Amino acid sequence: MKQKKQELQVAALENGTVIDHIPSDKLFAVVTLLNLEHMSNNITIGYNLKSRKLGIKGIIKISDKFFCDEEINRISVVAPHVKLNIIRDYEVVEKREVNMPNELKGIIKCNNPKCITNNEPMSTYFHVTDKEHCIVCCHYCEKELKREEIIIIQQDLLAE
Amino acid sequence: MKNNSLVTIADYSKEKILYLIEMAKWFEKHPNEKILQNKIVATLFFEPSTRTRLSFETAANRLGARVIGFADPKATSSTKGESLKDTIMMVSNYADVIVMRHHLEGAARYASEVSPIPVVNAGDGANQHPSQTMLDLVSISKTQNTLENLNICLVGDLKYGRTVHSLLFAMRHFNPTFQFVAPEELRMPNEYKLFCEKYSIPYEEHVEFTPEIINNADILYMTRVQKERFSDIMEYERVKNVYILHKEMLKDSKENLRILHPLPRVNEIAYDVDSSPKAYYFQQAKNGLYARQAILCDCLGFTLDGINSNDKYRTI
Repeated sequence: MKQKKQELQVAALENGTVIDHIPSDKLFAVVTLLNLEHMSNNITIGYNLKSRKLGIKGIIKISDKFFCDEEINRISVVAPHVKLNIIRDYEVVEKREVNMPNELKGIIKCNNPKCITNNEPMSTYFHVTDKEHCIVCCHYCEKELKREEIIIIQQDLLAE
Repeated sequence: MKNNSLVTIADYSKEKILYLIEMAKWFEKHPNEKILQNKIVATLFFEPSTRTRLSFETAANRLGARVIGFADPKATSSTKGESLKDTIMMVSNYADVIVMRHHLEGAARYASEVSPIPVVNAGDGANQHPSQTMLDLVSISKTQNTLENLNICLVGDLKYGRTVHSLLFAMRHFNPTFQFVAPEELRMPNEYKLFCEKYSIPYEEHVEFTPEIINNADILYMTRVQKERFSDIMEYERVKNVYILHKEMLKDSKENLRILHPLPRVNEIAYDVDSSPKAYYFQQAKNGLYARQAILCDCLGFTLDGINSNDKYRTI
């Protein structure tokens, strides 16, 4: 009953994607990663909702949007355990989890100020060396980044 | 197109390393073969490094190539804000191979990706300096007649020392044993110790630079302990003389022991060591010339077999 009440806090979707179980402190990073600021779709963002698993969580519902793997897997950098529900005609037709990709291109920033990627007009490129602990290695300066050190590149800067 | 660039020593397999050592030894016997006649080598030094530049330019000149480039970025358009990519694209119109030194890490990898001609990394910040590693390997191979099963003692700054990290990495193929001798603040970083464990390379860490360590070593690789690396200046004052090698410390060392140093030295090897037959650091620098001749030829597609089978380059 309680669960149902919470579901009602955000509107049901006819068609689209529900991204659930986002840790609250990662919600806006996920928003940035998916470039939601620049979408004209109907989007509902729930913040600090009660969650049995996480305490509080974030949830994002996007109407009429179905992401490709590349877009979805970006989220793994900040929130590897989110769940996706694909909705068609008010029904969950598919549940998906995110997978850490082997490579990250132009998504995160190298935190070495002496890295060439921070000094040239070029894209960043990381190899994921440890998917479980989310450790990535810069293709250029070869420095390793741990999850807590990862900084997302602002998507509007990427668009240029 | 196959990219013949050299960015990091990790680009080379064990076979390739052994092959290039063989090629470097060939150049020691034939230093003035004009194999690169009609080739142009560009030396782009975005950060000054006189010894490395002179070594590469000598290698190019002895091979008959001509050299263009700059030794100091102040006189170039990078000070006007030109990107590295644009500089590389412009120079690649003129030259056959680029030798590049840059203060930014990863610059060589990036240059090799945008350049239509091979790029040789002559040092990119604190990252890689593979020709130094090749000359270290040539020096070890020449003095020990092998790279296998050696006891290698690394002394000094093992935390920031780029050369010792690359050497450690390259030696993984050759079943070495390492002794790491360093002050507490400049110990070998954990990632390299994990690397040793991964490749089952035995190592021991020491804070004291004792006679036993010296007497068991085949190679003593000295590096500079720099004052600015210490957060605690008292600690520097306490340890600065501990890692200095004096001639009398060599009296019971192995006959085959050789002392290497990437140079420049400041005071970590006393001048009385220079007269010891075990001092090898100046010959080591000379080996850099042969190693770089081999690297330049390899990048430009010349093989040792090809050089040997061409009458023009046949041994006289």
